[in-house]
Amino acid sequence: MIHLQNIRKRFRRPGGGWFDAVQDTSLAITAGEVFGLIGFSGAGKSTLLRLINLLERPDSGAVIVDGQDLTAMDAPALRRARQHLGMVFQQFNLMANRTVADNIAFPLEIAGWSKADIAQRVAECLEVVGLSDRAQHYPAQLSGGQKQRVGIARALAPRPKVILADEPTSALDPKTTQSILDCLRDINQRFGVTVVIVTHEMHVVRSICHRAAVLDAGQVVEVVEVSDGKVDARSDLARSLLEAA
Amino acid sequence: MEEMTFAAALADLAGMAPEIWQACQETGLMLGVGLAAAILLGGPLGIWLYLSQPGQLFANRLVNGVLGWTVNLVRSFPFIILMVSLVPLTRLLVGSTIGPVAAAVPLSFAAIPYFARLVEQTLREIPRGVVEAAEAMGASPLQIIIKVLLNEARSGLISSLTILTISFLSYSAVAGVVGGGGIGDLAIRYGYYRFQTDVMVAMVLLLVVIVQIIQLLGNRLAARLDKR
Ligand SMILES: Nc1ncnc2c1ncn2[C@@H]1O[C@H](COP(=O)(O)OP(=O)(O)OP(=O)(O)O)[C@@H](O)[C@H]1O
Ligand SMILES: [Mg+2]
Repeated sequence: MIHLQNIRKRFRRPGGGWFDAVQDTSLAITAGEVFGLIGFSGAGKSTLLRLINLLERPDSGAVIVDGQDLTAMDAPALRRARQHLGMVFQQFNLMANRTVADNIAFPLEIAGWSKADIAQRVAECLEVVGLSDRAQHYPAQLSGGQKQRVGIARALAPRPKVILADEPTSALDPKTTQSILDCLRDINQRFGVTVVIVTHEMHVVRSICHRAAVLDAGQVVEVVEVSDGKVDARSDLARSLLEAA
Repeated sequence: MEEMTFAAALADLAGMAPEIWQACQETGLMLGVGLAAAILLGGPLGIWLYLSQPGQLFANRLVNGVLGWTVNLVRSFPFIILMVSLVPLTRLLVGSTIGPVAAAVPLSFAAIPYFARLVEQTLREIPRGVVEAAEAMGASPLQIIIKVLLNEARSGLISSLTILTISFLSYSAVAGVVGGGGIGDLAIRYGYYRFQTDVMVAMVLLLVVIVQIIQLLGNRLAARLDKR
């Protein structure tokens, strides 16, 4: 579903010179899986995730999603492609002046859906995340966990093939974290949406990922498999992340 | 100066009612034109100023530098000097340099960069992540401006407009004295040149009431629009 081919991304350092955030990385993520990106702070997890929907443009290499090379697209084509790539953020990034329902409606308005279709789809998505009774509330009136559910419903609304999540539970307490992870797993299983999730916590990987890439200094150290909540790790880095959990 | 009773002062003012009404209309006209220019030209300029900043949608150091410098330049002129230096332009545009329409030219000229800065400041308060979320969902620049930036900043924009209106009520009095007419001009003409203090006091009171009403309405509307 997602192929990253020889991706490089460097940032200009404030003091001068360059910093390699992602170094010659290739990764293949299969349709329907929950794929983790794990590593310590500064490893390049967020950058790699943002390269998938081209919020960051790679300096070289190709990003192929659902058979389409995003790096070769012009701006309008890229916008259309992004409408099928949901994104969930650590800080939720909801629009404060829109109700819950209108936040979820936003990507559908952008995509030109009719009012009736939007209303129906918003109701469905609210149902999925269990917030039907909060449709007319504003984000300021919700708890962190509820805000993230709105974020997930918003990502789900345009029936995306892929949802990208950057530390979706890092701003939440452990109990809420579990319910958000359950919600993402539920969406993956019911709708077959491929989920890519960034985290620095191994327990997130254990609880919902099928596989995960372990990152360090902008490189993939290894790709681990998860079976029955057990992570089969070989590298020292993956082991130390396991111990930290 | 003859001694005046309160009753005499009231009678005086009542007799001037048509003139006062005319002055209110002139002030309204000056403000209306100035604010319209501020919204229609200063608004987009403020949005551009914001979007050309580093890290924003149309980040461009040169464009941002030139816009910012120009806005500062016009804003650094004392209003009275701006008025005088714009006399040729006013004559070109309006065909005359007296009357409320002529006074509206320098008012608009001052209002545009003023409001542009206010808009830029207001937009800066929107968290970057919210705009980024819209980008990630495939929103076009125009959709981001209208559906995200302006909607998220709407309450701050109303507050900015309130500040602008009140400042320009005072600027319009200056413009009035130099031939624009209006409430401020009336106060000066009767109160200062003809020693009719009652008229001056009444005009100042009228301005006080207008300012209070504008601020009250602005606060109400801003609060109602703010869901943060
Ligand atoms: N826009 C940018 N400009 C300059 N440097 C950047 C930029 N974005 C990221 N970096 C740098 O790239 C490196 C990787 O950043 P990234 O955000 O991908 O790390 P991360 O693994 O997500 O870390 P964290 O767990 O702290 O979120 C960091 O050293 C960061 O400082
Ligand atoms: Mg990160």
